[in-house]
Amino acid sequence: MPRVRRGPPPGVDPELLAKDAAKLMPDPTRRLFLRGGASLGALAFLTGCDIVDGTSAEQALIKISHFNDRAQAWLFNPNKLAPTYPESAVQRPFPFNAYYPEDEAPEVDREDYKLEVGGMVDNTKSWTLDELYALPQETQITRLVCVEGWSAIGKWTGTPLREFLRRIGADTRAKYVWFRCAEGYSTSIDMPTALHPQTQMTFKFDGEILPRKYGFPMKVRMPTKLGFKNPKHVMEIAVTDKYLGGYWEDQGYNWFSGL
Amino acid sequence: MGICYTLRDGKSQGRTELMSIEVTHDPALMPAEPARPVIHPRWVRVTHWVNALTMVVLIASGWQIYNASPLFAFVFPRWVTLGGWLAGALLWHFAAMWLLAVNGLIYVVLGIVTGRFRRKLIPIRPGEVLADARAAFTGKLKYDDLSVYNAVQKLFYLGVIVAGIVVVLSGLAIWKPVQLHELAAAFGGYDTARYVHFFAMAAIVGFLVVHVIMSAIVPTSLRAMITGR
Repeated sequence: MPRVRRGPPPGVDPELLAKDAAKLMPDPTRRLFLRGGASLGALAFLTGCDIVDGTSAEQALIKISHFNDRAQAWLFNPNKLAPTYPESAVQRPFPFNAYYPEDEAPEVDREDYKLEVGGMVDNTKSWTLDELYALPQETQITRLVCVEGWSAIGKWTGTPLREFLRRIGADTRAKYVWFRCAEGYSTSIDMPTALHPQTQMTFKFDGEILPRKYGFPMKVRMPTKLGFKNPKHVMEIAVTDKYLGGYWEDQGYNWFSGL
Repeated sequence: MGICYTLRDGKSQGRTELMSIEVTHDPALMPAEPARPVIHPRWVRVTHWVNALTMVVLIASGWQIYNASPLFAFVFPRWVTLGGWLAGALLWHFAAMWLLAVNGLIYVVLGIVTGRFRRKLIPIRPGEVLADARAAFTGKLKYDDLSVYNAVQKLFYLGVIVAGIVVVLSGLAIWKPVQLHELAAAFGGYDTARYVHFFAMAAIVGFLVVHVIMSAIVPTSLRAMITGR
């Protein structure tokens, strides 16, 4: 197992935390994330007929979200490329965004790092950073769209994920590719997106080795999905037929989240 | 088959008069209904109220989504939003989206095919709009014939249909800026499409405010949208 050191935990500015994470985080005192807003909000007149009763409404909405996964998978064109932009369009500094403040970003040791590979692949050998850096690399200047609504254009350099999947002998008939990150984050994507030409194992941002705040040593960049589907500090990649969801997806964010 | 009833006619001065009326189930022989014509056919009323519900859900959840990354220096107060937090709001928004799509499509197609849009909403003459607007603000505009829209109404209804189309198209551009990047580009790109989506929403909300106030001022129009007459 690679050794992971977290950044110094104390000294967290609660306001910073609130600023960066509150927009995404559910109220921890409320298990049913829909109840508060729904019953107090504009739909109050419906409470009588149980439509916004916490669990039943939530279950119905989650079902529709799964339907939306299928609709988006159907809409996804594996050959459609995300628009690319000139160098001058790159936003500097590029916004940092995570559910932890910047100084809490996981610190992954360069020497100890080994990318673990698992699931439906021929070769489960782990990859050192030097081995990964030796893979053919490409650069893309694309727009990152956050689930919150804002967007920013960045420049990412790395290896197309499909090239890596080919090298590890992944069974590309599998449904999902799952990512586990250093700080416990995880996400999973559909195989067509994993094989999209712009889905990239990213080692550099704006020409520099990926800094800690943007996901050192490796993130997976996919301009065809919302930002939270682009995992940072990736420690393990698994090819699987099993739906494994993800950190935000398990809390109610739409799983496919395609752009 | 007829049934015999005996009714008491209370209008006869002082005396009690007994009247016999033969009531049958043959509609041709039934006493005439009060002669109010149908103003809004059933499809208009059903799509109107489905749309009303859908709009409330989309607007309230949209405001919560807006709050996650505000475009301007304000956020919407929590009590007018729907969803509790961003994920919940997105679930509502992308569920109601289907209702809007299906219901809106039925409304627009039937509006065109039945000729209702053509009969009711056009032509709109600027001179009439000005005259009717002046009359409305001075309290002189008559609302006695609900089957004919005045020029201001025509402009409002046509305008909100256009705003509805813009809000759907800009929404699609924001939702799928890669798969539909030509559409996003038509709006000036992803970021601009967000502003277009916002202003189209604002136009619809502005319409709703006037629309609801007018239905309170002219309650027969509300009755017509419920019963059709």
